[in-house]
Amino acid sequence: MRLGHHLAMFVLLTPGAMAVPAHAATIQIVMENLVVSPAEASAKVGDTIEWVNKDILAHTATAKNGDFDVAIAPKTTVTSVLQKAGTVEYYCRYHPNMKAVLTIAP
Amino acid sequence: MFVRLSIAVAALSLLSSAALAQGAKLTDPQIAHIAYTAGVIDINAAKQADSKASNKEIKAFAKDMERDHEAVNKQALDLVKKLKVTPEDNDTSKALSKQATDKLAELAKLKGADYDKAYIANEVAYHKAVNSALETQLIPSASNPELKGLLQTGLKIFQGHQQHAEHVAASLK
Repeated sequence: MRLGHHLAMFVLLTPGAMAVPAHAATIQIVMENLVVSPAEASAKVGDTIEWVNKDILAHTATAKNGDFDVAIAPKTTVTSVLQKAGTVEYYCRYHPNMKAVLTIAP
Repeated sequence: MFVRLSIAVAALSLLSSAALAQGAKLTDPQIAHIAYTAGVIDINAAKQADSKASNKEIKAFAKDMERDHEAVNKQALDLVKKLKVTPEDNDTSKALSKQATDKLAELAKLKGADYDKAYIANEVAYHKAVNSALETQLIPSASNPELKGLLQTGLKIFQGHQQHAEHVAASLK
């Protein structure tokens, strides 16, 4: 239900969706007790990442190479669509001991 | 610089020496009080930084500290309420508060870049000392598993703060 809602939003907000593969997936990455899981995830350009912050603290998913910087308020979920391929190391700007890797295929 | 750092470290090492001086294992009500007090100290330092700091990054860091420590302390209060534990004032809390008051007064005399450097250096040293106290004293002494769990999460948060502070301190140079 929730997944369907996010996908619907994605299509509505992205008129250029035709350009991305029709099988774009939604991948969930959870931040809980200062741990990012999975610590290593794989996705494709055009996929949606659902960032779930279960903590009482604000977190960010900040790419070391500057490709993305997503702010996730406490107890919220934020979605973002992957735009660029690459192996991206990212961390939380507020708690730099939270680190993970996202491998994005073209 | 060295003088300031050594003052900060001395203040923080009091936590373990005062706890040791008590000669007995800390109780959960005492541990809860110490953890809460340690949070309040950093919130007060952040509030001072919010009005005194000149560097944008330092101001942003102070806001992060205020937000995180308030959130953690709120969770701590909710937990002690749930566990029906009344935080109990103790020599360690008193020593920490006294040192923190002195440190705030010392920082209050500084201005501009001098203040910024001293504040962030103290944040690095303070978080380092609190983390060490959590690891060696508070977490091992906590009896209630939920309190222990909160302290363990707190340790991860404050280790993050320490790294964040180290990054900010390095960027000032």
